[in-house]
Amino acid sequence: MAMITFKINRYNPDDEKRGHFVQEYQLDVPKGYTVLDCLNDIKWKLDGTLTFRRSCRSGICGSCAMTMNGVNNLACETQALALNCDTIAIEPLRGYPVVKDLVVSLDPIVRGLMAVKPYLMTKTPPPTDQERLQSPEEREKLDGLYECILCGSCTSSCPSFWADKEYVGPHAFLKAYRFVADTRDECPGEHLEPIDDKHGLWRCHTIFNCVEACPKDLNPTKAIAELKKELVRGKLG
Amino acid sequence: MKDPESIHDVEGVGIHSVHRHDVVIIGAGLAGMRAAVEASEEFDVAVISKVFPTRSHSGGAQGGIAASLANEEEDHWEWHMFDTIKGSDYLGDQDAIEVLVREAPAVVREFEHYGCPFSRTPEGRIAQRKFGGHTKDFGKGGPVLRSCYAVDRTGHALLHTLYEICIRNEVRFYSEFQAMSLIVRDGVCRGVVAWDIINGGMHVFHAKTVMFGTGGYGKVFKITSNAMANTGDGLSLVLKAGLPLEDMEFVQFHPTGLYLQGILVSEAVRGEGGYLINGKGERFMEKYAPSKMELAPRDLVSRSIQTEINEGRGINGEAYVHVDIRHLGEEKIMKQLPQIHELAWKFMGIDCIKEPIPIQPTGHYSMGGIPTNIDGEVLFDGKKTPVKGFYAAGECACVSVHGGNRLGTNSLLEASLFGRRCGKSIVRFLRENRDWPELPADSAKTALAEVEWLFKTNGTEKVGEIRDDLQVLMTNKCGIFRDKGTLEELTGDLKKLEERFKNIKIDDKSEKFNSDLLEASELGHMIEFCELIVAGALAREESRGAHSRTDFPDRDDKKWLKHTLAWKEGEKIRFDYKPVTITRFQPQERKY
Repeated sequence: MAMITFKINRYNPDDEKRGHFVQEYQLDVPKGYTVLDCLNDIKWKLDGTLTFRRSCRSGICGSCAMTMNGVNNLACETQALALNCDTIAIEPLRGYPVVKDLVVSLDPIVRGLMAVKPYLMTKTPPPTDQERLQSPEEREKLDGLYECILCGSCTSSCPSFWADKEYVGPHAFLKAYRFVADTRDECPGEHLEPIDDKHGLWRCHTIFNCVEACPKDLNPTKAIAELKKELVRGKLG
Repeated sequence: MKDPESIHDVEGVGIHSVHRHDVVIIGAGLAGMRAAVEASEEFDVAVISKVFPTRSHSGGAQGGIAASLANEEEDHWEWHMFDTIKGSDYLGDQDAIEVLVREAPAVVREFEHYGCPFSRTPEGRIAQRKFGGHTKDFGKGGPVLRSCYAVDRTGHALLHTLYEICIRNEVRFYSEFQAMSLIVRDGVCRGVVAWDIINGGMHVFHAKTVMFGTGGYGKVFKITSNAMANTGDGLSLVLKAGLPLEDMEFVQFHPTGLYLQGILVSEAVRGEGGYLINGKGERFMEKYAPSKMELAPRDLVSRSIQTEINEGRGINGEAYVHVDIRHLGEEKIMKQLPQIHELAWKFMGIDCIKEPIPIQPTGHYSMGGIPTNIDGEVLFDGKKTPVKGFYAAGECACVSVHGGNRLGTNSLLEASLFGRRCGKSIVRFLRENRDWPELPADSAKTALAEVEWLFKTNGTEKVGEIRDDLQVLMTNKCGIFRDKGTLEELTGDLKKLEERFKNIKIDDKSEKFNSDLLEASELGHMIEFCELIVAGALAREESRGAHSRTDFPDRDDKKWLKHTLAWKEGEKIRFDYKPVTITRFQPQERKY
């Protein structure tokens, strides 16, 4: 058990006069408590107006992505005591419009995702009464790509996104490569063509923030590099 | 037809807008989105979800989806059928179960065609693994490889695949809208009313057909594998519309939840060879299910673990036992169960390659729900008569394929398969019913009244405290084991909670993203349908599947081989019963 001060960024759009401010809450935090457990305690016992997204609390839905002591992560997976501080600063994910307190607009995430046509595209019909075959080695290429939970941590941490709100974003590039790398997808160009511009792949400056921010240990930077290679290959060939 | 604009004439919180769609689906899990994929091939489909679609709880499923593909070894749909019926403790309807197991291979292959990244066999086919209760040769053989999987992230893989295909089909998503009421008049469903969580404001959705894929309600228990969103709202909305619920007393506790967290430790852990060990170091399943051991069905394994704990044989006498996978080795664990490794590490600080994982049974799945036929049509009387234009599938529905107890990997199958069937029957309905049902002028009245009351009420009770009490009471008195005494007490306890709920106060008075308000609304829903769970459990004087009455330890086919139907009529609960459909397999004693 340790007394921790939570400094939480607050904003209520129904109270524009007050604008953005930081509010402090103190909590006795037992061992095993995640930051989400702490936020729930604050909301349920101290202040019902504190607002944040949450759902699965097991690191699979992506709802509770936020910035804790400057680092993007899922609140439900972050052990409060492991942050090793008597003060924890909590902010909404940076770069997105803030809806209320720790809740950000998901519009930029959805917009980026739509840009890459995020679905398997084929020209030939699937075989009747059986699956398309894919060897374990071919399937292994999707490891590290299909696990994305769309929490938005990566795009939030990306300086290219901070500078260009039309930037498609690493989460969407990872999704694009998930299909380009899939041996079953027969239209890789369809995922690539829309992101072959200045708001797309070429605005990635390989800063690796997205890799650091990903709570699922995925590597969007690598996916982006692979997509760039595909594009260059396509152009030269 | 009346001008729907007239429904704007309501005082207080106003109607923001009226939307029209051929099909409105509530819930963006596997059932809802699979139906959306099907219906959107031909009609205008909207999906309303209180969370962003890929955050639906289906994504939490880990181990697999059942289908007798026979990719890894011999298997037949008849074997799958027998296992599901036996697993249900003979309460499942055999006509529905036959549909489930016969169509399963087609549904799983469709997922593959949509792009789902299933794990593969060396020949490139969908890989399959073992799961509890799934056997060879009508239960006479050993465990069978039947569960199709994507590592231990099957739910995630299926859910994202469906979201992708919905995007391809231009399904309209209303993300972060909370359904507040269902519009049913004169046996015809006409739409739903929902609150816009992000911006605030009430929206009326006028629809020719409505489908519920609103999921389960694990959050009524203290220890649960369920997401916080799983508050069973759909069930409450159905009750308020004057419709019945079926078999609500049957609630599944998953044997292996992370100790104190409840977070799911997939049955795949035992499917891949994990052992259960008590405080004396014994593989205690020998006592309870000598032939199937850890791969006995969930109700049996949960009772076994709870018995060990209750009799003081938990680890160090505490309320948990161990599931041990160290013998599988690092390579297999990281290849087949990487998410389990991650969860144990992040939530318990346990490296399951080197240490056993502390687990306890966790509230997991509701076998009961909204009564439907095999085409997903909701039944007005719970038996034969459909509500025109209203459908349900997935965990919120009771078709009933799980009966008294669900086998692992049958839920992803049920949600997808009956979601698909809902989609198909919606298409058939719309082809023949082109007219819009009339939208009553007072459609939004009850929803508006609820929100206005929540904003206005100025009592002394906190939502979080009442909910906590509800969860503890339900766990202690209506959990894995129940009896007349605990259930009667609980009936009184729930009445008191209902009274306390009338005296709540919410702190947040703003319209935008008011989760304080919505949690209060959800709590009201939970208290309401918990009364049905408890009343159903009190009435059913036998032990069957997950419903285990210590004062009636035996199954009683003579009196209780029947489904419970329950209505909420004012303060009272009205019961009716209907027979179980038996086609191929006569009830017999259930031994593993």
